[in-house]
Amino acid sequence: MSQDDHIQAANADDSPVTEKTLRLSPEREAYIDDLQKRYPTKLATLLPVLWAIQEQTGWVSKEWMEYAAQRCECPASHVLGVVTFYTMYHQKPAGKYHVQVCRNISCHLRGAPGIIEAVEKKLGLEHKCVSADGKFSLEHVECLAGCSWAPVMQINRTLHEELTPEQAVRILDELE
Amino acid sequence: MTKVLFEHRGKADIETFDGWKAAGGFSALEKALKMTPEEVIEEVKSSGLRGRGGAGFPTGVKWGFVPKGGEKPVYLCINADESEPGTCKDRVLMEELPFMCLEGALIAAYAIQAKMAFWYIRGEFDLSERRMRQAVEVLREKGLIGKNVLGSGWDIDFGVHRGAGAYVCGEETGLISSVEGKQGQPKLKPPFPALEGAFGCPTIVNNVESLAAVPWIVNHGGSKYSALGTEKSKGTKLFSVSGAVNKPGVYEVEMGYPMADLINKECGGALNGIGLKAIIPGGSSVPVMPADVAMKTNLDYESVQEAGSLLGSGGVIVIDENQSMPELLDILGRFYAHESCGQCTPCREGTGWGARILHRVHEGRGEQQDLETLDRIARFMSGTTICFLASSMSMPIQSFFKHFKHEFEALMPTIDAVAGD
Ligand SMILES: Cc1cc2nc3c(=O)[nH]c(=O)nc-3n(C[C@H](O)[C@H](O)[C@H](O)COP(=O)(O)O)c2cc1C
Ligand code: SF4
Ligand code: FES
Repeated sequence: MSQDDHIQAANADDSPVTEKTLRLSPEREAYIDDLQKRYPTKLATLLPVLWAIQEQTGWVSKEWMEYAAQRCECPASHVLGVVTFYTMYHQKPAGKYHVQVCRNISCHLRGAPGIIEAVEKKLGLEHKCVSADGKFSLEHVECLAGCSWAPVMQINRTLHEELTPEQAVRILDELE
Repeated sequence: MTKVLFEHRGKADIETFDGWKAAGGFSALEKALKMTPEEVIEEVKSSGLRGRGGAGFPTGVKWGFVPKGGEKPVYLCINADESEPGTCKDRVLMEELPFMCLEGALIAAYAIQAKMAFWYIRGEFDLSERRMRQAVEVLREKGLIGKNVLGSGWDIDFGVHRGAGAYVCGEETGLISSVEGKQGQPKLKPPFPALEGAFGCPTIVNNVESLAAVPWIVNHGGSKYSALGTEKSKGTKLFSVSGAVNKPGVYEVEMGYPMADLINKECGGALNGIGLKAIIPGGSSVPVMPADVAMKTNLDYESVQEAGSLLGSGGVIVIDENQSMPELLDILGRFYAHESCGQCTPCREGTGWGARILHRVHEGRGEQQDLETLDRIARFMSGTTICFLASSMSMPIQSFFKHFKHEFEALMPTIDAVAGD
């Protein structure tokens, strides 16, 4: 699958893509409704809304940014500013497995360069790249607060600790 | 050695409501709700507890800054952003003792008469977030979060708020911006958050570890807590040790505990017996210390400061003699440049250019004036910005130069090489 196909695939389950028809799943809509009742302002629910979007669609597209703007009653430009400020909102589809290898000091002291090298070689990917089949994306990240169990790598939300290069490769091998 | 935070660590089911209750959990909350908010603040003041997020400000004193009986709602933000390289202690508290953390936060919220609390948790955390969400839901069901908690007449709501990857959101006013649904840009102080914070209302921001000590303090009394530690640094502290030791981990020791004991006893000594070169005692932002100096220092705010560094967040980063200091500083420079929010020119330009220059120096492509330029950048951006992120890069640069300048000089091309001879 090419990169473009992949974008389409990622969009497939929420088509047709128009502002009006975009809806989160009922549970997610209910969750946001509840937050908007309790939070002091609608705007304060923007980060949760963006998370809900990313959990549902895998990334945050322009169309969904419009949705977030309407939902939180703020300009779309504000939403774009927020999405680009934080590193964890994806502005293009990430891989099915988003692999984040820590490159900061404590991991470096325990062999992060070897982990990064092994993972890059295994995936054939560099920092911030997505594989052609959309299965993997790779990112070198800053400290993940796993320093005492360094070196660490996080795949989607699962943290893998005290890695050796061989273990890192094995973990990737086992992913479907 | 007395354990305050880890007293119940490792007990069966301690991460559940029932487990925490069986260990005496919620007795402090019940006790606090029978006291007046002022009495709770006084108890915490008398404990001498200081903020464990890095700045070390007395917790009870900070709570006392919130105006009494004001019209505006008061908010509590729990800082679980834990992004300072070398620091991984709050995560252990939330994963293993979530109800203790939450009990402490509830007592704090009562003391400042907060209407709502936001548990601001870094976006990368998984188990911590699940644990805190579960804990909040359980307490909602049990009526410990909601209206008229335990018949006290006080209402409290809790939101677990997930960050999205930005170190600067750990800074308290950056965190507030983020809770408000904005870019996590720090704000100029004053006004201080205790008077004008989230949504323009009085807000207290506290680190998870600071709040986690509160149930023990309320149960045993402030004087019991202040009997631990040294004269000026009271109580116990978590240290997350990483790098070149045999047993890295998170350890609780009394303030004033010798660094040498932490490294040799708790952590099983230097990794594979290789000699140590340096130690960064309080997270990546504080000055690095030569290992021999650090090993003679005790772990309390004053001793570490006298020895030339800061206790910070308690992230102890141990560096062995095979490491290249220019390489490590290159890593830190890149980090701070990446995390600068860009509002202040000295920080945006200083971290950006500083990182680029550090990188070329580390790669042996340094230009003649580079070390002086770095020195100037470090001086120039320290204390001239909205938040301390800029200083957090100045301190490493200045201290790495102070103690390890020769390693940088050795990487500079010689005049001949530059001239191409
Ligand atoms: C750049 C920067 C990052 C910070 N990151 C954190 C953090 O991740 N966690 C934290 O508790 N405090 C962090 N702080 C300190 C907070 O600003 C604040 O002092 C602290 O949350 C107050 O809580 P305490 O008094 O309980 O320590 C950071 C400060 C700066 C300048
Ligand atoms: S010092 Fe740096 S991080 Fe802090 S507010 Fe200024 S630009 Fe942003
Ligand atoms: S430096 Fe890698 S987790 Fe902290």
